Amino acid sequence: MADDSGFLLSQMMEELSVEFQHINVKLLLHEPEPVDLEAIVPIFHSWIQDQVSEDLLLDVASYGHVKAGPGVVLIGHEADYSLDHTDDRLGLRYNRKAVLEGTNQERFERAMRQALLALERLEHEPALQGKLRFNGRDIEIFINDRLIAPNCSDSLNQLEQELRKLLAKLLAGQSYSFAYESDPRRLLGVRIQFGRDFTTVDLIKNIGPAPVEQVS
Amino acid sequence: MKASNQLWKEQLREKMPENLAREIDIFETEIALRKQGKLDERLFAETRLRRGTYGQRYDNGQRNDGRKVQQLNFPSGRLTKGPNTMWDAPGMQRIKIPAGGLNAVQLETVAELAEEYSDGIAHVTTRQDFQLHFVHIDNTPNLMRRLAAANITTREACGNSVRNVTACPYAGVCQDESFDVTPYARALSRFLLGHPDCQNFGRKFKPAFSGCSQHACGLTALHDLGLIATKRQNPETGREAIGFEMYVGGGLGAVPYQAKLFSSFVPPDELLPLAQAIARVFARYGEKKNRNRARLKFLIQDLGIEKFRELVFEERKQLPFDPRWTEYIEQALESAEAPSRSPGDLPELVTIEAGERGKEKFNNWLKCNTRPQRQPGYVTVTVALPLGDITANQLRSLADIVRRFTRETIRSTVEQNFAIRWVSKTDLPELYRALDAVGLGDAGSGALVDIAACPGTDTCKLGISSSRGLAAELRKRVSEKSFQSDEAVQKLHIKISGCFNSCGQHHVADLGFYGVSRKIAGYAVPHFQVVLGGEWEHNGSSYGLPVVAVPSKNIPQVVSRLTDRFVSDRRSGESFKDFIKRSGKTALKTMLEDLTRPASGDRSFFSDWGDPREYSLGDMGVGECAGEVVSPLDFGLARAERELFEAQLEFEKGEAEQAAKRALAAMITAAKALVQLENPNIGDDHDRIVSEFRSRYYDTQKFFDPFAGGKFANYLFDAYATSAQSHTSESSRYLLDEAQLFIDAAHSCSNRLETPVTV
Ligand code: SF4
Repeated sequence: MADDSGFLLSQMMEELSVEFQHINVKLLLHEPEPVDLEAIVPIFHSWIQDQVSEDLLLDVASYGHVKAGPGVVLIGHEADYSLDHTDDRLGLRYNRKAVLEGTNQERFERAMRQALLALERLEHEPALQGKLRFNGRDIEIFINDRLIAPNCSDSLNQLEQELRKLLAKLLAGQSYSFAYESDPRRLLGVRIQFGRDFTTVDLIKNIGPAPVEQVS
Repeated sequence: MKASNQLWKEQLREKMPENLAREIDIFETEIALRKQGKLDERLFAETRLRRGTYGQRYDNGQRNDGRKVQQLNFPSGRLTKGPNTMWDAPGMQRIKIPAGGLNAVQLETVAELAEEYSDGIAHVTTRQDFQLHFVHIDNTPNLMRRLAAANITTREACGNSVRNVTACPYAGVCQDESFDVTPYARALSRFLLGHPDCQNFGRKFKPAFSGCSQHACGLTALHDLGLIATKRQNPETGREAIGFEMYVGGGLGAVPYQAKLFSSFVPPDELLPLAQAIARVFARYGEKKNRNRARLKFLIQDLGIEKFRELVFEERKQLPFDPRWTEYIEQALESAEAPSRSPGDLPELVTIEAGERGKEKFNNWLKCNTRPQRQPGYVTVTVALPLGDITANQLRSLADIVRRFTRETIRSTVEQNFAIRWVSKTDLPELYRALDAVGLGDAGSGALVDIAACPGTDTCKLGISSSRGLAAELRKRVSEKSFQSDEAVQKLHIKISGCFNSCGQHHVADLGFYGVSRKIAGYAVPHFQVVLGGEWEHNGSSYGLPVVAVPSKNIPQVVSRLTDRFVSDRRSGESFKDFIKRSGKTALKTMLEDLTRPASGDRSFFSDWGDPREYSLGDMGVGECAGEVVSPLDFGLARAERELFEAQLEFEKGEAEQAAKRALAAMITAAKALVQLENPNIGDDHDRIVSEFRSRYYDTQKFFDPFAGGKFANYLFDAYATSAQSHTSESSRYLLDEAQLFIDAAHSCSNRLETPVTV
């Protein structure tokens, strides 16, 4: 008789597993001197004019007057993009609002790809003269839905498992470390630091192009 | 929209008060019915408004991106949530906070909702509510459930209903109050919420409480129902009794009305029944068809306060006894706030990190943001929020702070800030450190830098100019030199509305601004009408008058010029209001004259603060172009402006009758300018001008404001129809305001029209 306990266990795990939706990816920026967030406002407006993303882009909300806040937000229907200053850490943030089909891994990859593409665009904005670029090694990932993913050890374990798969691909096997958000009231999230520097282009190459059906 | 949308209801079933849970279930069903096309869009719109779920700019499915009008192709296609309001378009959710009172858990709940359903920011409004922007309607039932589990409702936060009951944030701790109005505000709020007698209003109904008449914390003069705490000696027993001065029919809006005294003393047990009787009279006799005359203030104007009072007392007699009239008050009286820490004194030696600069900041904060309570050893601390905005993380930190220093309570204020009460003086340095660590330690509450602004063109469908953009810019400029400036200037209030509707309360500011548009060289240019000399004190008891419209980009110069002049020219002890009055309109207008024109060749004037797109009205205009030309229409409107200005001067001199006549003449001049576009031979006969204006611009709706409809045209028709009547100072004042709005509307109409031009 074949021993199928391993199979049953993995099936049970699958059933118990969290379906991660509303994934947020924040790519931290190198900030040699304080950035005037207002300079981003016309850039985000131009992204709307050109509808540069696969997401429907709608409006720009500027919160530069609020300390350590969401900064400047490009509001979209499926997702928001922002030059986010939460926790006094400046980064390009992708906040997926609409539910996504597919597996957890596909959703993480998609969110990561969208964030990276937006950052690449920002890095090449002529008006910014290269002042904003990825710091090479810090990213943050959150799940913006407390009910499906409360900030507790169970969901954190599952998030970590998923992220290990994602990072194996994103960093092409290079090392990284995790740090966690300890306040249970905050979103489930992980801060990831790479063992060595990567460029945005490296990461885009590693994550690969969107599967054909994702391209609109 | 959210993956968890199917799960919250079950999750929170036991945690929500039954009535609120039921309410939300009904709303969810209505959403489903609307999606199936089984509920009319108009009906659905009113039903969602009554749950505080508002529309937002661009929800008609198109947006001018600065180059072209983009169609926003939402996944739900043409499904609407109201007339011309796309289902998927982001909306605003208003959250009612009676008397501004919140606890730590409620702060945390709002933080979660801001993060999960909005853009990470919660906005405190001038009526102590919260607003969350960019919310998808599919998420609103669960947003409401999560609030209900924290004992907060959004019910009747918008729509034709009793809005949030506001109250002084210092009630119960203020040195000047007659008594603590909080329990009465809470009882009234609870009693009127969903009350059957309040379901058939033609417009909204806003109540407010104040603990005294001299300060502005409650702003009762600008509310439909204003209640000021008072005491009097009972002539029979000789004992002191508490009660309320009751005012009715105040309101800002396009034309501001001061509330009128209804009764000089209403005992507490008569408060709820009298409010109920007023609601009944308003529901029965108030205007229903014409929204523009449906507020209580118009009913009182039409009936006269005596007749209105008579009807209310008559109604009061008919009311069947309701035990809740007193029960609700008794229950509310049981939960008075108390301190969690012992009273104390500010430690003599305060160590503040960041050296001298840090110490200076702390001292400024102490000076501006703390206020001694009537309970010795305690102070109330104001947390200044820039433009009323606060992040989710800051809200959680604030929850921690109030847990640490108080019995977990805090209040939102009408100045879009928070007040932490019952802070032991001993704790002030620690509290300051905790606030400062999360970016909430800025000084300047109630000062020049503490600018109030409505959402304006950022998110409001009715916005004409960017009130928040201007506020952010002024804040930046003012804060740089704020504490070096003259003491009298530091205390001035700046308030900004994106349009004539006055949500930013510009009428009661020293320096008020409301958004208008003007055409310059054939292009629409965002402007603000400068409104000077309003009074914030005494419950907002005196309104400013418009002086001149200035391009948005010149408003910072208006502020610095006026404040500099105030410092240099003011007489000893003179208030800004008195200084404005003494200066007179002519001098003020002359002082600002050069700022009414954009700097030559500066293209930035054609976009608004914080928004680089070329300005266009209603986001529907195509790029306008013309040479350096002036049309007869522009000349006509300028003439109308001038006539109105003269009328305002006459009013200032006390010539109310003459001012009213000239204000009407100014309106006719503006109407004629428009009629002339189609009929150059119209001539000067007033009957003919008004009649042709009606047929060419009103009947065809060409003059209609996209949101206010024919409101402003009706100002002309009403004024003309009653031109034989004499005017009091009050009615003349209203007519002046209406004339200004009519002329502003004529400018807007001109902007919308493809005007023929002559070189
Ligand atoms: S004043 Fe006008 S722009 Fe401002 S919120 Fe009110 S309606 Fe909107």
